[in-house]
Amino acid sequence: MATLQTRATARLMMSPAVILLFLWMIVPLAMTLYFSFLRYNLLMPGTEEYIGVVNYQYFLTDPAFFTALGNTLMLVGGTLLITVIGGILLALVLDQPFFGQGIVRLLVIAPFFVMPTVSALVWKNMLMHPVNGLFAWIARTFGFQPIDWFAQLPLFSIILIVAWQWLPFATLILLTALQSLDGEQIEAAEMDGAGVFSRFYYLVLPHLSRAITVVILIQTIFLLSVFAEILVTTNGGPGIQTTNITYLIYMQALLQFDVGGASAGGIVAVVLANIVAFFLIRLIGKNLER
Amino acid sequence: MARAVKTRTKLTFTIIGWTIGFLIFFPILWTFLTSFKSEGTAIATPPQFLFFDWTLENYHEVQSRSDYGKHVMNSIVISVGSTLLGLLLAIPAAWAMAFSPTKRTKDILMWMLSTKMMPAVGVLVPLYLIFRDWGLLDTRIGLVAVLTMINLPIIVWMLYTYFKEIPGEILEAARMDGASLAKEIVYVLTPMAVPGIASTMLLNIILAWNEAFWTLNLTAANAAPLTAFIASYSSPEGLFWAKLSAASTMAIAPILVMGWFSQKQLVRGLTFGAVK
Repeated sequence: MATLQTRATARLMMSPAVILLFLWMIVPLAMTLYFSFLRYNLLMPGTEEYIGVVNYQYFLTDPAFFTALGNTLMLVGGTLLITVIGGILLALVLDQPFFGQGIVRLLVIAPFFVMPTVSALVWKNMLMHPVNGLFAWIARTFGFQPIDWFAQLPLFSIILIVAWQWLPFATLILLTALQSLDGEQIEAAEMDGAGVFSRFYYLVLPHLSRAITVVILIQTIFLLSVFAEILVTTNGGPGIQTTNITYLIYMQALLQFDVGGASAGGIVAVVLANIVAFFLIRLIGKNLER
Repeated sequence: MARAVKTRTKLTFTIIGWTIGFLIFFPILWTFLTSFKSEGTAIATPPQFLFFDWTLENYHEVQSRSDYGKHVMNSIVISVGSTLLGLLLAIPAAWAMAFSPTKRTKDILMWMLSTKMMPAVGVLVPLYLIFRDWGLLDTRIGLVAVLTMINLPIIVWMLYTYFKEIPGEILEAARMDGASLAKEIVYVLTPMAVPGIASTMLLNIILAWNEAFWTLNLTAANAAPLTAFIASYSSPEGLFWAKLSAASTMAIAPILVMGWFSQKQLVRGLTFGAVK
């Protein structure tokens, strides 16, 4: 009897959050899906009509889509590569006892709290500027020709900025995982004569594997929608060299006012993200059972 | 002998650790230093590191921009407002899930998480149109609503993992002693839940403060928070490094400090409890 009452109360307590979140998810998504089958441009009001999958055909056969898809994959892949490898190395260092460890830890996680527009503009101007930037000065000091980062390596420049923002995240999670490693196991392996590398390869790396998976999946979700960094540095250019899927759809929607086309693109982006999400949800769900 | 080796290793790691820490932190330090330079010194070659005429002029100038105070207020209202609203919705939900779980609790949690996976750009068009038609574009209320919904799954998840750690035996003990449900909540559960709620709040203010998709796309002049204010420094004619640095320093300093305090909760919050 008490349980029935409790259950009703519990349902009542959950319902506002659940209902609002449900509406938040389903209403706009349904609208996007609906718009994606329409010819609908805000500059030509009153001409909306059902045109089937034409928007998808246009979006998916547009050469810009493939460039943007490639850029998205490069951006996600490049950033993951830097942050995961860098994160493992950093976590290994931070796990050793040394003087001022706590302060160094604070320094290392700091970039994560810097808003994307700030980090992008600071890097673009004060560090990567081809004439007055600090990198240019360093290059000239050592007798090299300074790199014009955003003209010569635009996508790589953005990858560097994004990687700097996400390295702390990877480091912090891997460090947390590392600290739960059994010290006795390592000592035993050491006594048995295992070297640094075999200890790392056979003990540390397997222990970290789950944390690495979590880092990769969560970062992928966020990295698929990198936006502000591109907006304030390159506007997707030069040409469309730094346009990712998110930015492509943004341009179609808010600069060309092509509601139909942008909606079709939006659905494509949702499908892409869902492929990743599927694995992430399964991983976390498995963890919840334990 | 062994001790000497240990000390030497420790010293080596001290050098490696501090070097890496310095390099990673450098862009922030550089921004901080540049904010005290004159515009001329800011772009000087070779760069001036410490020995220049320190000036507070940039801070005065940024703050005297008529719209600066408004953007700060917008950031505060939007981040704190969306966090409080999110807590209001999430505390009862997480509470119910943690203390009277049913077979479906796990499914609901996973479903909430899945809404977080939806890319913002997938719903950009309809949301923009809804905002336009309802007159919500460039309003604080509109942004508070959007950021609340965006962070709600994280808030529920974080609270859930915290509430889950409150042992049920304590509740039983309180009930045995004759405490009513209301007393149980006020005297037993709330004190145990406060730390979890506080860290959830902290992390979400940070996330909302730095959110830079919706704040850039749904605001123009009136409701634009600091993310958008800083973005206005991206135009080529607006490249005043010293002022950009001063504005940036003020925009990130409070959040950086909060972030340092919440670093332990960060991992739990951002991995949905998958790594603790």
